[in-house]
Amino acid sequence: MRIACPNCGERDRREFYYLGDAVALDRPAAGAPPEAWHGYLHLRDNPCGVTRDLWYHEQGCAAWLVLTRDTATHEVLEVALAAARGAAR
Amino acid sequence: MRFSGLRVLREGLTGNRGWQAQWRDATPRAEYDVVVIGGGGHGLATAYYLARNHGLTNVAVLEKGYLGGGNVGRNTTIVRANYFLPGNSEFYSHSLKLWEGLEAELNYNVMHSQRGLINLFHSDGQRDAFVRRGNAMRNRGDDAILLDRAGVRRHLPYLDFDNPRFPVYGGLYHPRGGTARHDAVAWGYARAASDLGVDIIQNCEVTGIDIARGAVTGVQTTRGAIRARKVAIVVAGRSSQVAAMAGMRLPIESHVLQAFVTEGLKPCVHHVVSFGMGHFYISQSDKGGLVFGGDLDFYASYAARGNLPMVEHVMEAGMALMPMIGNARVLRSWGGIMDMSPDGSPVIDRTHIDGLFLNCGWCYGGFKAVPGSGWSTAHLVATGEPHASAARFRLDRFETGRGLMDEEGTGAQHNLH
Repeated sequence: MRIACPNCGERDRREFYYLGDAVALDRPAAGAPPEAWHGYLHLRDNPCGVTRDLWYHEQGCAAWLVLTRDTATHEVLEVALAAARGAAR
Repeated sequence: MRFSGLRVLREGLTGNRGWQAQWRDATPRAEYDVVVIGGGGHGLATAYYLARNHGLTNVAVLEKGYLGGGNVGRNTTIVRANYFLPGNSEFYSHSLKLWEGLEAELNYNVMHSQRGLINLFHSDGQRDAFVRRGNAMRNRGDDAILLDRAGVRRHLPYLDFDNPRFPVYGGLYHPRGGTARHDAVAWGYARAASDLGVDIIQNCEVTGIDIARGAVTGVQTTRGAIRARKVAIVVAGRSSQVAAMAGMRLPIESHVLQAFVTEGLKPCVHHVVSFGMGHFYISQSDKGGLVFGGDLDFYASYAARGNLPMVEHVMEAGMALMPMIGNARVLRSWGGIMDMSPDGSPVIDRTHIDGLFLNCGWCYGGFKAVPGSGWSTAHLVATGEPHASAARFRLDRFETGRGLMDEEGTGAQHNLH
């Protein structure tokens, strides 16, 4: 599995740290109800097929990336900078 | 069908033409009292104990593939009860006791071998943690013996005791831990459940869950609709997909865990050895293959196969622990799909839909749980109340924060277990 980092080009999967579902970019507002936080922290669509998840280029440019990826085949369909979405973490 | 030494001899001399199927390959009826979705170890055990303990024999087990083709046939067969936290510890303790009577119970040779499990430690801090764990195990009534370095050497002389990074300080020995023949567990439960009247229906994928006025009324399958007022979802890595049919989102991520086996060798590894610092564990099957594995690949996956970086990591860890493994040739590797929960502990609970029950979140420890999980899931389905040994496996613990069971102490967060 290789990941084409927008900054660094195609790199080995070992350079990246995996955080999990890209739901982590959609942090609820501070006053959101507990259900919103439960959904954000714990509940997952967990699809068999195309998903979006967050990877960190730990041994490269240190950018957070949003991968569009197929969980059934391990194919990486698209790689985008999380920062491009204006989401800081 | 029954087995005996005489029968094996007779069949061997007559071309093995007399063997029959071990359980009825049932076709689905229109209605059952209970439908169990998932014909893996947990689903089959649930059906067996529904019939055996609660007299519920009008039960169907629906398996989308073939029996034993999921995680019950893809694990590394380890059976143990060395958990620390209340909630997990009484559950696995109960499960191990069921394992110890399983062959007599099912009249089936599941090759349960209590060869002993040794968890190694490599620092003073880790020793303290294992002393504490061992005391917890003994308080629960299970067995744990702290071995010093010489004690480990007596059992496992082949280890690299002076590895510069992870010198062996000692180990926590759990003599009742061991292995079992994974396929035979599925076959034994299937035969015993079928004999009690349970319909085991293979190649029958559930495509929908019928709900009316907040209560489950049945399931839609690739082999037609089946009515049932009680439905149990026992599908491990596929839990999110099946629960979604009932409109539920689960606190589950599915990850791939790889395992490996070498060519058959003469007996050399006589225990289950766990090298936690290297994410490596190993045992030797009765056929002679060294069966070993490591950690998750650590990304969501349904591929049932992993990637090469984890293969390399596991091989390196094996070489660091026991250099003699370098002489063995790896025969094959495979992956299983783990239903990972945020705190690393399972769920056996009701849902917000009447009659719909959920069994999931086994992470990478589902095999040893099979008898206890079946026992307590059957109890929950039959009586509506959780069994005492699984009373803390609540689905709402993530939402409320009450009763989280985080064995590793890393936090109830998806990517940490």
